[in-house]
Amino acid sequence: MTDKRIRVLVAKPGLDGHDRGAKIVARALRDAGMEVIYTGLRQTPEMIVNAALQEDVDAIGISILSGAHRTIVPRICELLRGESLEDVLLLVGGIVPDEDIPELKKAGVSEVFQPGASTVQIVDFIRAHVRAVTSDK
Amino acid sequence: MTDKMSDGLKTGLEREAGTSERQPSNAESRWQDAALKPTLEGAPERKEVFTTLSGVLVERLYTPSDLADFDYARDLGDPGEYPFTRGIHSTMYRGRVWTMRQFSGFGSPQDTNQRLHYLLKQGQTGLSIAFDLPTLMGYDSDHVLAEGEVGKCGVAVSSLADMETLLAGLPLEQVTTSMTINSPAAIIWAMYLAVAEKSGADLKKISGTTQNDILKEYIAQKEYIFPPKPSMRLVVDTIVYGAKEVPRWNPISISGYHIREAGSTAAQELAFTLRDGLEYVEWVMRGGMAVDEFAPRLSFFFNAHNDLFEEVAKYRAARRVWARVMRERLGAQNPRSWLCRFHTQTAGCSLTAQQPYNNVVRTTIQALAAVLGGTQSLHTNSLDEAFALPTEEAVTIALRTQQVIAHESGITNTVDPLAGSYFVEKLTRETEQACYRYFDKIDALGGMVAAIEKGFPQKEIHDAAYAYQQAVERKQAVIVGVNDFVTEEERPITILVIDENVARRQRQKLEQLRKQRDNSRVQAALEALGSAAATDANLMPYILESVRAYATLGEMCDVLRRVFGTYEEPAFR
Repeated sequence: MTDKRIRVLVAKPGLDGHDRGAKIVARALRDAGMEVIYTGLRQTPEMIVNAALQEDVDAIGISILSGAHRTIVPRICELLRGESLEDVLLLVGGIVPDEDIPELKKAGVSEVFQPGASTVQIVDFIRAHVRAVTSDK
Repeated sequence: MTDKMSDGLKTGLEREAGTSERQPSNAESRWQDAALKPTLEGAPERKEVFTTLSGVLVERLYTPSDLADFDYARDLGDPGEYPFTRGIHSTMYRGRVWTMRQFSGFGSPQDTNQRLHYLLKQGQTGLSIAFDLPTLMGYDSDHVLAEGEVGKCGVAVSSLADMETLLAGLPLEQVTTSMTINSPAAIIWAMYLAVAEKSGADLKKISGTTQNDILKEYIAQKEYIFPPKPSMRLVVDTIVYGAKEVPRWNPISISGYHIREAGSTAAQELAFTLRDGLEYVEWVMRGGMAVDEFAPRLSFFFNAHNDLFEEVAKYRAARRVWARVMRERLGAQNPRSWLCRFHTQTAGCSLTAQQPYNNVVRTTIQALAAVLGGTQSLHTNSLDEAFALPTEEAVTIALRTQQVIAHESGITNTVDPLAGSYFVEKLTRETEQACYRYFDKIDALGGMVAAIEKGFPQKEIHDAAYAYQQAVERKQAVIVGVNDFVTEEERPITILVIDENVARRQRQKLEQLRKQRDNSRVQAALEALGSAAATDANLMPYILESVRAYATLGEMCDVLRRVFGTYEEPAFR
């Protein structure tokens, strides 16, 4: 029971291909003992939510640097609700201005990691907030 | 010992570069005993090992013994002469300072047109246009995948009509224009040429650059559409067409910038970029064009990061390596084919969201490196670019930074001022050697296209990026304001927000265009393009005809997607 590993989907929506951050986070989560599924580039919100469902993940990390988060993230939240996946932890990382954060959180995002965030913060946040698994630790 | 200490920063081949044993001279040994040892006993140094930003070992002191077999004529040569280590011109900035070229593009074609006119008025000497993500990926502004992205990271251009608006009132025979476009470069270039034609400009006189470097897209920036081989064919077609029809145009800007931004080391940036360059040359030569017919118009684009000396060494090594491989490996005879002419941009990835005014200082150091390294043109980033595209005020400070360096610092008074520095010459040589070692590896994999398909450069860069991230998190690498010297109060700065109405207006404009144009001409042009794509004909004339008929970018790319297919990169594990 205690060795159930946290499963995380790292996803890169939108047309942008800058994947340095997404891949570093994916590797850091793996090094921290989590199971990581990386979607690859240019995933639509539908593809991401579908992958989350298929892979039965505990958390989703979305990497966006293009400014498209205002359109894309609320859509992902809506689809997650449609699939009754509200208990999946949703994290956003990338270039997100401070003033956009309240709205993203209202839509269902648990935390936003801005430029300069460390992978340790991300790992710690997932461990502390992920559903069910927290009791195993 | 040294390896272990700096492991966090060292990757692959550079580890070897750092371990070369120095042979101190007698004089240096005397100094070590008499002066150094007592000092170290009393006060140890801050760290056991010092490295460059890329993790290359840096010695305490460089002396003549580091350059024991140094030969001025062979290793440097005079400026403007082979192997061009000291620069491609004999007078460098005494003759003319570099072109100050701020990359710009956002919102609608009208928005960007205004910014371009503003920059010219501020004393900028060349134009550089950024396109939005849908344009980079070959989608029109009204495509479903363009939602939320129109005008965000650059200007939206879906047809010749947009290009006409974008370039309105600009003197196309006088300014040089650089366009950052890759997968659909042939199409965007055709739009530029069509506007130039319409405005009465002579295609033999206009000059500028299309980035058109697809290999670094697969390696680093990942804005690819088609698989590597048809993509390379498009690049070859533009190079060949340019050599014949638009002889002053630089049909490609072979780019290390994005490779570095993806987290590579300086030596990886250099090696992968120059090896990409060789790949293009070989492909064009295989198509039947002689090297000296097109090589003089190849241009390069490098990053300028924080480590001043490492960067200067990189630019100097770039010129030397390119000259040698062009002459010795590819047999180029025309001295202009040997020249590594390059644009530089300061490192976007070095900018911090924390204490953003510090970014002006970082950018200044980076710009200094580019100038000390002999760049032909320069873009300086703005202080607010860790958040968004820059505001007009921020861009002005960035441009002024270049003007202060050019006109107040005195650096431009002499050619290659750092030459002869024991450290800089040694580092230049080490960078050059690391570059050749990567060439050997990539050659052994079957060339750059094959290496990319095997994921080799991608993996090397990811490993370097991860090592750097770990070094930052362990505070082995300090980023002021981020992992040290942190302040609680952040001063908010104004950032540029792109109006969502841009997307709506672009959609309306396209709807109108599709109604008003001669659709039978469009259909015929697109069919001809599709048929030609299935042969090995040069596609430029077919693309030009489609552009002139006001076929859209998305329509042309759809035709090519149908014929060429699309590319998915190997899975990341």
